Amino acid sequence: MNPNYLDFEQPIADLEAKIEELRLVGNDTDINITDEITRLKAKSVSLTENIFSDLTPWDIARVARHPRRPYTLDYIDLMFDDFDELHGDRRFADDLSIVGGTARLDGQPVMVIGHQKGREIRDKVKRNFGMPRPEGYRKALRLMEMAERFRLPILTFIDTPGAYPGIGAEERGQSEAIAYNLAVMSRLKTPVISTVVGEGGSGGALAIGVCDRLYMLQYATYSVISPEGCASILWKSAEYAAQAAEAMGVTADRLQELGLADRVVTEPLGGAHRDMAAMAVSLKAALKDGLAELGKLPLDELVKRRYERLTAYDTGR
Amino acid sequence: MSNWLDKIMPSMIRSESKQRTSVPEGLWKKCPKCGAFLYRPELEKNLDVCPKCEHHLRLTARRRLDIFLDPEGRQEIAADLEPVDRLKFKDSKRYKDRLAQNQKATGEKDALVVMRGKTLGIPLVACAFEFNFLGGSMGQVVGEKFVRAANIALEERIPLVCFSASGGARMQEAILSLMQMAKTAAVLEKLKQAGVPYISVLTDPVFGGVSASLAMLGDLNIAEPYALIGFAGPRVIEQTVREKLPEGFQRSEFLLEHGAIDMILHRHELRERIACVLAKFTGQPKPAHEEAPHYEESQVPVTRD
Repeated sequence: MNPNYLDFEQPIADLEAKIEELRLVGNDTDINITDEITRLKAKSVSLTENIFSDLTPWDIARVARHPRRPYTLDYIDLMFDDFDELHGDRRFADDLSIVGGTARLDGQPVMVIGHQKGREIRDKVKRNFGMPRPEGYRKALRLMEMAERFRLPILTFIDTPGAYPGIGAEERGQSEAIAYNLAVMSRLKTPVISTVVGEGGSGGALAIGVCDRLYMLQYATYSVISPEGCASILWKSAEYAAQAAEAMGVTADRLQELGLADRVVTEPLGGAHRDMAAMAVSLKAALKDGLAELGKLPLDELVKRRYERLTAYDTGR
Repeated sequence: MSNWLDKIMPSMIRSESKQRTSVPEGLWKKCPKCGAFLYRPELEKNLDVCPKCEHHLRLTARRRLDIFLDPEGRQEIAADLEPVDRLKFKDSKRYKDRLAQNQKATGEKDALVVMRGKTLGIPLVACAFEFNFLGGSMGQVVGEKFVRAANIALEERIPLVCFSASGGARMQEAILSLMQMAKTAAVLEKLKQAGVPYISVLTDPVFGGVSASLAMLGDLNIAEPYALIGFAGPRVIEQTVREKLPEGFQRSEFLLEHGAIDMILHRHELRERIACVLAKFTGQPKPAHEEAPHYEESQVPVTRD
């Protein structure tokens, strides 16, 4: 088993390993195996297409948490120029599970804010597995208010299992930090586009996700509680996570049907992690569309529409 | 449902509630904190505060409003709003059936009751969560009723008071419940900008999506004594940090000490203290002092909007 592949990706992993092996053999000998490699590559593509055409909501939830999935800093690296990371909430600490700062998107100055998970174990711990404490939300709010002052549109990237359930987080007002962000974001006089790039875990996600346009990557999920959490409460065992994922409708398609997600950004074959650069290209194009569209609205109209969107009843919003 | 409640209830209450007693249901009630057997009519006269240990027992939404509002001139808001199972959610039971069952058990259509009325003569809009309705969880109807309450407060420039008691967002409405957090926070920001007072009263228990939205956004956040209040439930935290939680963790007194709430008020004082503070915020004279706690069930009919 390759830990960098999910169980349903294993046949793809095996095939890829075989191709890699042949390639190495090919370098050492005179035998021409190019045809064989080409054949196997085609097979790998059709196998991936096959597997990914039939993912359950639970499979998708696992792709959203894939160990190789691109994170906020990967997107910043691939899509933006001139990024200045800004640190700290000016009150208590710098929470590294949320990153943010000023950057340029093809020349246009913007504020970028996103959850950040770690790749290797030490990095994961440093980033607290993408679970912010109150200081993370307060840092995000500080940057958002700064963006409003300097008329920078805000682009947020959501990827968190949820807000951190810890003793210190409770002592420092986790609930208040989230609630306050929701309130202020509802009236920020600058365009906000939020993209769920991985896991959209509950209030911990929404706290940087009150927006004018909600985008979701094809295999991203967004829900009120994790499938495991929902299962352990309603089914009394986390083993029913697949059923819970199905029942809650956590996928991008479902959110678009409900009128909550404005746009689903297609991922490269096999998921964003199979081709980060291609993913960044399509997401960047989508964000530029959104910014162009929102940029046409006078700010009062923008805020009015956001408010209407937030408070509408029974339209899914 | 019971398992869901277990998660947010402190272990002490949990274990005691499992002990079987031979006391007949109805006339006597056992205090969940000190275990004293309390004569129900006496308990009710004392506003469901245990006379032995001062523990504040949970109230239904209607009784909460009954205690808080003056008897005259009450009008219920959006009483007909009913939940819709848009997601066709089903776990071990259908959400539709759970709704029907909870409606029957509580006599409420959903988990929030809203009334316009007066408290010691101060006109206001008051909301109360019904904890017995799916754990006071917030879904689309709760969010919408809260917004309608806030809109009346905004239009008439009268204060909004909300008594929360909730396990959080309602899982059976999934992402739609999550959005109620943003919705209620947005309308409260309108009140704030307009200078319309909002008092959030946190009563046992308040967690998750309700705590992380409308309950923590009061101009004043007030809690009843010893209420359990937090973002994550104590069990979840215990499992995450793998250490024993400190004594009194997430109780009102803990929140006061950490600066999350303005004050803790005894149930007997709530009506008068809130009326007095609102009178100051709205430029009205200090309301007359009320001797005995107001407890008699209102005989005046409530009108509906």
